[in-house]
Amino acid sequence: MTPVCELSALQPDRGVAALLPDGSQVAVFLTSAGTVHALGNIDPFSGAAVMSRGIVGDRGGVPVVVSPVYKQAFELSTGKCLDDPSTGVPVHPVVVTDGVIQVGSP
Amino acid sequence: MTRTLVVVGHGMVGHRLVEALREKDVTDQWRVVVFAEETRPAYDRVALSSYVDNWDAGSLSLAPHDDDAVTLHLDDKVVHIDRDDKVVRTTKGRVQPYDALVLATGSVPFVPPVPGRDLPGCHVYRTIDDLDGIRRTVESARAAGRHAGMVLGGGLLGLEAANALRGMGISPHVVELGPRLMPLQVDEGGGGLLKRLVEKLDLTVHTGTSASSIEQDGERLIAKLSNGVELDLDVVVFSAGIRPRDELARSFGLTVGERGGIIVDKACRTSDEHIYAIGECANLDGMVYGLVAPGYSMAEVVADRLLGGAAEFPGADMSTKLKLLGVDVASFGDAHAKQEGALEVVVNDAVAGTYAKVVVSDDAKTLLGGILVGDASKYMSLRPLVGRPVPGDPVALIGPEGGVELTLPHDAQVCSCHAVTKQQIVDVVNSGEAVDVPGIKACTKAGTGCGSCVPMLKKLLSECGIEQSRALCEHFDHSRADLFEIVRSTGVTTFTDLITRHGRGLGCDICKPAVASILASLDNGHVLEGEQATLQDTNDRFLANMQRNGTYSVVPRIPGGEITPEKLIVIGEVARDFGLYTKITGGQRIDLFGATVDQLPEIWKRLVDAGFESGHAYGKALRTVKSCVGTTWCRYGVQDSVSLAIELELRYRGLRSPHKLKSAVSGCARECAEARGKDFGIIATENGWNLYVGGNGGFTPRHADLIASDVDTETLIKLIDRFLMFYIRTADRLQRTSTWIESLEGGLDHLRDVIVHDSLGICADLEAAMAKHVDNYHDEWRGVLEDPEKLSRFTSFVNAPGTPDPTISFREERGQKVPVLLGVPTVGQAEVSR
Repeated sequence: MTPVCELSALQPDRGVAALLPDGSQVAVFLTSAGTVHALGNIDPFSGAAVMSRGIVGDRGGVPVVVSPVYKQAFELSTGKCLDDPSTGVPVHPVVVTDGVIQVGSP
Repeated sequence: MTRTLVVVGHGMVGHRLVEALREKDVTDQWRVVVFAEETRPAYDRVALSSYVDNWDAGSLSLAPHDDDAVTLHLDDKVVHIDRDDKVVRTTKGRVQPYDALVLATGSVPFVPPVPGRDLPGCHVYRTIDDLDGIRRTVESARAAGRHAGMVLGGGLLGLEAANALRGMGISPHVVELGPRLMPLQVDEGGGGLLKRLVEKLDLTVHTGTSASSIEQDGERLIAKLSNGVELDLDVVVFSAGIRPRDELARSFGLTVGERGGIIVDKACRTSDEHIYAIGECANLDGMVYGLVAPGYSMAEVVADRLLGGAAEFPGADMSTKLKLLGVDVASFGDAHAKQEGALEVVVNDAVAGTYAKVVVSDDAKTLLGGILVGDASKYMSLRPLVGRPVPGDPVALIGPEGGVELTLPHDAQVCSCHAVTKQQIVDVVNSGEAVDVPGIKACTKAGTGCGSCVPMLKKLLSECGIEQSRALCEHFDHSRADLFEIVRSTGVTTFTDLITRHGRGLGCDICKPAVASILASLDNGHVLEGEQATLQDTNDRFLANMQRNGTYSVVPRIPGGEITPEKLIVIGEVARDFGLYTKITGGQRIDLFGATVDQLPEIWKRLVDAGFESGHAYGKALRTVKSCVGTTWCRYGVQDSVSLAIELELRYRGLRSPHKLKSAVSGCARECAEARGKDFGIIATENGWNLYVGGNGGFTPRHADLIASDVDTETLIKLIDRFLMFYIRTADRLQRTSTWIESLEGGLDHLRDVIVHDSLGICADLEAAMAKHVDNYHDEWRGVLEDPEKLSRFTSFVNAPGTPDPTISFREERGQKVPVLLGVPTVGQAEVSR
């Protein structure tokens, strides 16, 4: 697990990107319901590392983040792409310890 | 074996015949040769008066016959028909055999035998060339400071001609021999109101009189009317009716009517079985039809006959609905109550300026016809009911609100341009082929002619149970316009508040940016302040344009495209120091590509220090106001287009709107700034400015339409203030101004009523809202640089600020850096991890 930042540094529904020791990137989100999610930061449709900059919301009640490039929705809890279920982004385990967000490998 | 059809004349009806035949002739039985006397192919003569708006003949063009089976010879008139050998000869000496010949020679204007009618300054009103001639006369008179005109004829065509003269800045006298304007279409009551309404536009109407002579007086003309009035004039336009062009038929032995017109039967066949005549040159049962719709019907009949069909001319509906000089006029069925025992029911509202009459049978049970002046909105529901039972009390048909709800019978014609019935429309909707108005247009052609039936198409869709949902997304049942009003009237300032009280769920990438835009339009502080930052779409989130590799481009504002060498050098230095790819945009500014999130504040610090501010290239907001160089430098300019463009760009900078807004100002009619391709475009005239609205480039390019002409700068700015605010308040999300105007009930005319004539009484409010925007404007990028909290968000990695994104790399092309295309992973979650 890699410590990424303090939970208090996150604004609800506004993602941030973090760099992991292996050079991969995660997009970390705090939802307005108070849950924290970490997904792969690379948008599988464009290849750009921008998932953290997507809009967070829900589709049919399922919490999602929407890629800022071509606007596909990805389920926050599973990483599954709702517009193309054959693809998705990896989900990283997250724990919050002493107010610090820690992210693991998928 | 292929046969040859020769068509004489390429007007609207000849054009329609070729189109109709080629569409139906799937086995290519016919090849078509068209000879036209005019030098240009068919154009929309019905819309001739709009030529004055832009003097662009191309905007009237009909679709060219893009078809190898069709040959069009322009400027080559048929002068000889050899009926025995079935051959025509032309002025250019062409000899063309035919298997079938169609005469579509149209008509010529009727010029009454007034002495002096051939003097310079006297014109007819029929072709683009005629209008060019009228323009030359008007311009030379205006150069001498004079602008008096007269139109002889107060019928439909006469008022069209008067409209064209008004477009050239002349308020003409209109002289009509009959007792009222449009005597064929309206009665005394309707004609009286029509006169009152057009006189408000500075026209002077003389009825019950005619010109007895026209004399030259130096450079001017003096017209003496039969009632003793004398008028000093610079231009005279004859528009007193038409005469069929039947001379070719006459010369070669075809039967013509006593009062002209080539006699045809219901198949539109002349006295020679191989020759047809259609349109205004044909005489069917003693009638010569001067409207385009019967001409189109004849074209369809002949196309069918040529392919072995048995179509017959169905008889013409002489009903008319039009807007003349901004006044709605409609006339249908037995408008003058000629049927024995017919009863008339009239509602004449002098205060509202509307006149409505229905004519019913003696037992008040059957609708026979009617007249509407001032407001013709009921025409679409009344005309199809002619000859059918009156639903309820006749007066309720035309009474004020609370009248009966009219349902059209199934065989009623909805689109008279393309003869489409309600049944045909209902069929394509019920079968699922069409689910909206564009779908109906594609499937049936209904609504693609004059467009007056489009509101009825919407009504039919809802009759068929198709809900045209206006809900923004799954989280809000409201349209964007409704949400705007909710936010404006309740003073809600956060998305959370709004969705809790008026929506459901968490929101999404549709409603969040839409609400962010509404909040920004209503001046709710910086777009990245607090919760607003989380609502912003792709570009707005970092106030820059995201490119395909996740980097951003930066566009500083360059108002009007004017820039000092010093500022240009700063842009160059910034681009060089940060290694940015540099390109000139179409909006007369400079785009710097390849900046990372971390670099954006550093770049903007340099730009802001040098006096630049955000260009809002990233936002649904005002982008640029382009300009040509105008009077300052240009030998042809008539106004200072650069100063106006800068003034407008500074006035509306930062204005958030439902979609991006573009503008341009041209200093003369040569239009170098391409203003008519913009949401609002301004073109200089000798007397002020012409304002055009609703243009755009992009996917479906569209020229803007003239909404006000020859206005001064102060009036112009007021009109634009109102236009923009009305758009911002009422448009749908991502609806450009062009589609917004189309979607308004009443379209451009309604928009003009609202923002020019203040028909809704909201102009003061719209202007105040714009004044508030102008007063509250702050540069967004300065706002970021001055706020450490906002600045802290511009980092690539929360745990490693300043570390470059390892996925971004560049290569060089033509001396600049460009992105290395990213390897896009294929599918499957496992393959995505690196």
